[in-house]
Amino acid sequence: MSDGSTPDAVAELVDVRRVYQMGTTTVPALDGVSHTFRRGEYWSIMGSSGSGKSTLLNILGCVDRPTGGEYKVGGRGVSTLTDDELSELRGASLGFVFQSYNLIPQLNVLENILVPVMYRDEWPDWAEERARTLAERVGLAGRLDHRPPELSGGQQQRVAIARALINDPSILLADEATGNLDSRTADEILEIFDELHAEGKTILLVTHESDVGERAERILRLKDGRIDAIVENR
Amino acid sequence: MVVRSPFLRTVRLGISSLLLHKLRSFLTTLGVLFGVASVIAMLAVGEGASEQAQEQIRQLGSQNVILRSVKPPEDQQSNQETRVLAYGLTDDDRARARLTFPGVRDVVPVMIIPEEVRHEDRMCRPRVLCTEPDYLSATGRVLQSGRFLSELDEQLEEPVCVLSFEVGRYLFPYESPIGRRVRVGSEYFEVVGILLPRVPIGQIPIDSGAEVSGDMMIPLASGRRMFGTTQVKMRSGSRDITEVDLHEMIINVERAVDVPMIADAARTMLDREHREKDWEVVVPLELLLRAEETKRIFNIVLGSIAGISLLVGGIGIMNVMLATVTERTREIGIRRALGAKRRHIVIQFLVETVVLSGFGGFAGVALGLAIPAVVEATAGMPTIVTPQAPTLAFLISVGIGVVFGLYPAWRAAHMDPVEALRHE
Repeated sequence: MSDGSTPDAVAELVDVRRVYQMGTTTVPALDGVSHTFRRGEYWSIMGSSGSGKSTLLNILGCVDRPTGGEYKVGGRGVSTLTDDELSELRGASLGFVFQSYNLIPQLNVLENILVPVMYRDEWPDWAEERARTLAERVGLAGRLDHRPPELSGGQQQRVAIARALINDPSILLADEATGNLDSRTADEILEIFDELHAEGKTILLVTHESDVGERAERILRLKDGRIDAIVENR
Repeated sequence: MVVRSPFLRTVRLGISSLLLHKLRSFLTTLGVLFGVASVIAMLAVGEGASEQAQEQIRQLGSQNVILRSVKPPEDQQSNQETRVLAYGLTDDDRARARLTFPGVRDVVPVMIIPEEVRHEDRMCRPRVLCTEPDYLSATGRVLQSGRFLSELDEQLEEPVCVLSFEVGRYLFPYESPIGRRVRVGSEYFEVVGILLPRVPIGQIPIDSGAEVSGDMMIPLASGRRMFGTTQVKMRSGSRDITEVDLHEMIINVERAVDVPMIADAARTMLDREHREKDWEVVVPLELLLRAEETKRIFNIVLGSIAGISLLVGGIGIMNVMLATVTERTREIGIRRALGAKRRHIVIQFLVETVVLSGFGGFAGVALGLAIPAVVEATAGMPTIVTPQAPTLAFLISVGIGVVFGLYPAWRAAHMDPVEALRHE
């Protein structure tokens, strides 16, 4: 590409800074982070609390914007996008999996999976079929008309994964996705991530648990708003 | 299973969100419900009352100018045992009116005789009007059966009479009054005609004799010959003798636009010819215009009160929606992260408020239509529900949903997604 991006880069951080204004003092949460995530990679982003990993996740997920530097998704810089364009980008290119599942309680499983589709300009023909396939894929075939409160934590997280995948995003962002689950259920969820990775999905997993972080191909370790180390797991 | 139309989907989502808090949603709609219901009910009762008033005025005839004799204030000096008081409109006034006023169709004289009307053991006190054949056309009354007084009756001073429907029904409950005779004072009159009632028959109460409201008409010439123009009223220690040529003159004007001019001319004439103010001029058209003006003011006042109650309902909705937005901050964050644009969030919350207010409006219309029906059935007050009232009230309630929903929805849409996601 003309601006020098790496051809297979899905997310590119160029000297990204994020400064918070606390009264009269400014607190830098990210202090010059440069990194390129490539298609099909499976990363975990680790660091102690205060290391800036939540801020980085917000920026990677396009819910927040850097105050300095540039972040590009699929070669497209986010700093010049309007709020609507940013929303569109989130819906189309990013899939979120949150620690506390964040399903919408009024909707049943099928409707929850379809939420990102609702915000597209047009309702595609494949949507409902794909939602059913994804539900089956994460092991929820029989529970499509259940509402979130009727499901266990592990089941809710499966719904969230199916929801994250419905628009076939280029990046799957998981924020402490196993943090609220017992180790056996957490393992099941991580297995789904392994499978998705094997299928070629780009996964960025934010965690502070080292045994979770070690499931990924590579670990990006943050400290005080900078990249501290990059570790290859295999 | 999944609704495809984005709008219907949003409406369904709104309804299911509202159903999560059934009691709260229900209480919120009450404000709008009672606002809308009271608007419709008040308008219906007001419309009914003013229609009744206007109908009464209309019965006097909007193309008429009515001159009436008025007993002048008691003269303090003439405190004798027997007094003869002559006052009021005279035959000369009538002749002058007929000759000098332009554009006048008729001048109908009316003399009223204070006598009871009897048939066998039945007695009632209608107004006994001595008048001329033109009375029928001037007042716009309609014959039900028989005929009205004729010129020949007048010339021959015939002892005939025409009864209004109520009087006829009271005096002759089981038979047709036509051809029968009734007694007025000591004179007998043959019934030749019956007038149609002015209100639908079902609404006429069957009164006891003394309360029968209605008229009886006899030829003026017959009345003059039999009863004279002098009326004697006995009082303790004295007799009141009054002499009145005509109690009323109905000036029937050809064109309604001339009514004010004729009324002024009549005032000027009577003012000049009479030493005392023993007359009055009643212009039904003016009364009608005044009644319409009163109604207009009434509607403005009513509208303001209704507006305030709807405003209160709207504020209630806004209050609840603001609380709802705060409560669902996290949901808003999730939706934003999943690709919702600001306008999606605005529409979502706006639809919820409109569903709330629209439901309140709908229920309010139902209640508002029920109240006038109950009022009419129980209190006997006439009510009129115009088709505009419920339509307007419903549209206003929906409008209130939009107006008072905009700010909460705007607040929801402009939350920082990061903050919203972090919200517990």
